[in-house]
Amino acid sequence: MQRRQLVALGLAALALAPLAAPAQTALDEVMAKKAITIAIPTDFPPYGFVGTDLKPQGLDVDVANLIGSKLGVKVELLPVTSANRIPYLQTRKAQLVISTLGKNPEREKVIDFTAAYSPFFQAVFAARSLPVKSFADLADKSVGVTRGAIEDMELTRLAPPKADIKRFEDNNATVSAFVSGQVQVIATGASVAGNMMQRNPQLGAEFKLLIKDSPNFIGVAKGEDKLRAKVNEIIAAAKAAGELDALARKWLGRPAGDLPN
Amino acid sequence: MVTLDFGAVLAEWPLLLRGMGTTAALTAISAALGLGLGVACAWARTWGPRPLALAVAGYVELIRNTPFIVQLFFLFFGLPSLGVRLSPEAASVLAMVINLGAYAAEIVRAGIESTPRGQVEAGLSLALTRAQVFTRIVLPPSLSRVWPAMTSQIVIVMLGSAVCGQIAAQELSYFANLIQSRNFRAFESYILATLLYLTLAVSLRQLLRWAGPRFIFGR
Repeated sequence: MQRRQLVALGLAALALAPLAAPAQTALDEVMAKKAITIAIPTDFPPYGFVGTDLKPQGLDVDVANLIGSKLGVKVELLPVTSANRIPYLQTRKAQLVISTLGKNPEREKVIDFTAAYSPFFQAVFAARSLPVKSFADLADKSVGVTRGAIEDMELTRLAPPKADIKRFEDNNATVSAFVSGQVQVIATGASVAGNMMQRNPQLGAEFKLLIKDSPNFIGVAKGEDKLRAKVNEIIAAAKAAGELDALARKWLGRPAGDLPN
Repeated sequence: MVTLDFGAVLAEWPLLLRGMGTTAALTAISAALGLGLGVACAWARTWGPRPLALAVAGYVELIRNTPFIVQLFFLFFGLPSLGVRLSPEAASVLAMVINLGAYAAEIVRAGIESTPRGQVEAGLSLALTRAQVFTRIVLPPSLSRVWPAMTSQIVIVMLGSAVCGQIAAQELSYFANLIQSRNFRAFESYILATLLYLTLAVSLRQLLRWAGPRFIFGR
């Protein structure tokens, strides 16, 4: 299996070699065609999902459109899944991947990353009226969490012993418990919480405490430094203008925070 | 080859013990209340006024034809929208009582309907009231006849309480799940939970077999 994949990768590399040679052409192509192809998720609310009008929407989609408009080109959205988003870049079917992509050393070997554009995190959420300023404030409050998730592990470590942690089987049960008022506080991932708050504005839920951070980056094909520099420029400008912040507030219910470059 | 490491799970024995205690307590309360509800419903269906009998028949059919976990989720996630907020344990007991009540009603009804007509007539002709006839002549031998079936049903409800962990009621399977999500010893954790459930079920059956004739239907 492993070996077969390596062989396939090797063959693909050979086949792509003539294409890869004139590197750093992606930006020129985009400007010449007046269009950019950006891979986005459609199965990961609130970052990317299909709305009732059957059009993709979400934070990643908004960022894609933002970059397109700053480049002054048309955006062609390409729906991808978590599994195939990197291959789309490697085969140059997309110039950019804006798909809740986290940075890790394995991925850095095959593609390049721009600066981070949005936060991804596990956090504690609760109604605006409930005072939660620190983990110590969770004492004597009921906190819903999905058993065995990263946030369960971290919360068990961070919360005071007097916090009443109720562990549910999956994200749906945890969210149901919070929405129905069975727990006062919910600890979960940004995407789950964002989706929940969007569908239940009557809860008045807001971001309270950060449990763990793992921001998202935009992927570009290996060696496309010109495009990467240009996108970094746009991200830096959008960050300074507060546009990334506004998008994070709109979709995730919290500011973008300190995004690494 | 799987290597089993029970040590990692056994190290959490206080949690398992607590879970067993909660499971036993949930079962004890809901068995007592469910049995009472079952007898009342069985009376309503056989001796009660017709509108009540129809209402009880509706309840019995509703509960016996829907999954326990749906009833539980309805009570825990659904009732808060009506302003009724139950703790996981209270919702579990309520769901178990409602569930056992419906099955117990049918079991007791079978006992009542197998009572020879002559015994009822004999009682009435001796100037006993209808209530006296029911509680003294009809009910005790009926319960005695259906006690083995009732024991099984109570054990089934006890085993069914394993799903109460889904709404964060801290019973045995909740802790078994918690332990395996902490140390990834799923196989060991569930083997131990199985053995503990088996112990609970066998003891409960013995207890009911012993207690029934002494305390519930006399002699």
